[in-house]
Amino acid sequence: MRIMRYLGVALSNIGVNKLRSLLTMLGIIIGVAAVLTTLGIANGAANSITADIQQQGTNLLEVSDARGVGGSRLTTADARILGDRTEFPHFVGVAPAYSGNTTLVRNGVDVEARVQGVTGAYLTVSTIEVASGRFLNAADETHGARVAVLGSDLASDLFGAAEPLGQEVRIGGDLFTVVGVLKTSGGSRFFSNDTTAYVPLTIAQTRLFAAPFYRGERLVSSISIKVDDAYPLEQAEQDVEAALRLLHGLKLGDDNDFSIFNQASLLDLAAGVSTTLSVLLGGIGAISLLVGGIGIMNIMLVTVTERTNEIGLRRALGAHDRDILVQFLAEALVLCLLGGVIGVGLSFGIGALLSAIPAFPITIAIDATAVILALLVSSAAAILFGLYPALRATRLDPVEALRYE
Amino acid sequence: MNEPMPLQSTSSTPVIALDSVTKTYQMGEVAVHALRGVSLTVQRGEYVAIIGASGSGKSTLMNIIGLLDRPTHGSYRIRGQEVSRLSKSAQADIRNREIGFVFQRFNLLPRTSAQAQVELPLFYAGVTGAKAKRRAVEALTRVGLAQRLDHRPDQLSGGQQQRVAIARALVTQPSLLLADEPTGALDSKTTAEILDLFDALHAQGLTLVVVTHEHAVAARAARVITISDGTVVSDASTRQKEE
Ligand SMILES: Nc1ncnc2c1ncn2[C@@H]1O[C@H](COP(=O)(O)OP(=O)(O)O)[C@@H](O)[C@H]1O
Ligand SMILES: [Mg+2]
Repeated sequence: MRIMRYLGVALSNIGVNKLRSLLTMLGIIIGVAAVLTTLGIANGAANSITADIQQQGTNLLEVSDARGVGGSRLTTADARILGDRTEFPHFVGVAPAYSGNTTLVRNGVDVEARVQGVTGAYLTVSTIEVASGRFLNAADETHGARVAVLGSDLASDLFGAAEPLGQEVRIGGDLFTVVGVLKTSGGSRFFSNDTTAYVPLTIAQTRLFAAPFYRGERLVSSISIKVDDAYPLEQAEQDVEAALRLLHGLKLGDDNDFSIFNQASLLDLAAGVSTTLSVLLGGIGAISLLVGGIGIMNIMLVTVTERTNEIGLRRALGAHDRDILVQFLAEALVLCLLGGVIGVGLSFGIGALLSAIPAFPITIAIDATAVILALLVSSAAAILFGLYPALRATRLDPVEALRYE
Repeated sequence: MNEPMPLQSTSSTPVIALDSVTKTYQMGEVAVHALRGVSLTVQRGEYVAIIGASGSGKSTLMNIIGLLDRPTHGSYRIRGQEVSRLSKSAQADIRNREIGFVFQRFNLLPRTSAQAQVELPLFYAGVTGAKAKRRAVEALTRVGLAQRLDHRPDQLSGGQQQRVAIARALVTQPSLLLADEPTGALDSKTTAEILDLFDALHAQGLTLVVVTHEHAVAARAARVITISDGTVVSDASTRQKEE
């Protein structure tokens, strides 16, 4: 095939000036690699968020106050009523929480950490798992026990290699006995469980953080509700909304003074963010390819000028307009495609490298569509930016061209 | 593959025939008359030298004969066919098939083997692959470079480079070999070698037109056309004088 010959000629011309060709391709290489890598990271992040959510279960509602700390009206009473199985038989776990940050001290080691006051039900609504000892239970709550369960990192920060179980740790002003240590959750948590301490809810509300009252009940920061799989989440959300509006004495037309967040909508959010990111990065990619393409055009113009004499000679030997046109277009195409392929290779290399770093939380996911699109766009750039220099080459007067030094 | 154009060529039809060819360059207000009515014919198998001082119009005449440029007025026939008004594309085909060019500065492609250089006109004729290779090797053998097929220009002497260029001109088996100052860049020894090669090719029946400003080079041709200020001032057959 004739076109293969032109591609062959183009390849050997590119090979003749390797360094310059590489520098010319750099724009395309960097553009393609940058776009594919960032798209891969965005994809990977979305995948990992989705996996997180699916692991936690998508049948989860989280109620929090809608007014900021001052005006919160979400209380222990709300949690108690939502947790009534005769009233709400489909709510398999209702876990109120009140959290804050404070200092934990043990043997002169002090660590600033997040302390969450929770009930035993917290185990059913979260992904935490106990590594040793036990989690908080109903007895701790009723007896007002000063007991704590530590996240794995927090435990090792405070106790090092020593066994934390049965030991005491000072939280706020009181001494707490460590009754359990959690498994490392690792992964890509937004709030790491590994650096959190869990204490009974009442203790957190009274001794540690002195939670304000509303209608005679202590406030909670959130109530997590696990709904059984058979029950539609939207229905559960409506049930919770109706109950809380009634409990808070809201009239028709009043805004909710709480907000309900469901994990399924988080999934949609993750997908939406991923799409937005892809469009944004695609745009940046298009701009970088434009810059790369202009680089190609620049070099092709230089090449045409440098090879004026050669063009004159080819004319004398019988080359038609289209022969000259195709020759230079093929060269631009090979430059761009080669740049594109190297860019794709580079992005996979960077992806593998980043994924190999243990601390890097995301597995980079470069998908085939993006690769094909990147190559197509670089080819289009080649035709677009190669056309003008190639047309210039065909317009050269053979007599002038042959005389050109 | 390109079909040869039907040319009404008989043994008596001249290879080239120029009739009252003029070329005028318009330089703003001034008209430069590079050719002022040149008529000449070259028969098959002739060896013609065109000689003249610098600026006399030799290159302009060359370019018109080689279909690289068009005359302002007049007629130009190759093997009987009027070619001066043909399209660019048709002229490219005729250049490829009928005319072999040899230039003063050789005009070889850099970093390209001798064989690839010689295959180039065949590529534009649509001949590729093994057939092109065979014909390129034949042409290089004809100019005495059978042992230098893979050499690049920087690995060849000036004389050898000009031989590659001559092989490239011959490979399409043209009706006419057109050389513009072919020895202008060569020393006297290599000049003699190239002129010997021209003699040999002429003896094999090739039609040659050599443009030069050197009398020693022109003297090797059987016929010398002298031009001055854009007109033919003499057209003499040297062999006849000798006889
Ligand atoms: N492209 C051109 N534009 C204007 N004048 C030209 C051009 N080419 C040649 N000439 C003029 O035409 C005349 C003949 O030039 P040329 O054919 O190159 O002569 P030679 O090859 O015999 O030295 C000269 O006066 C030259 O200046
Ligand atoms: Mg000249």
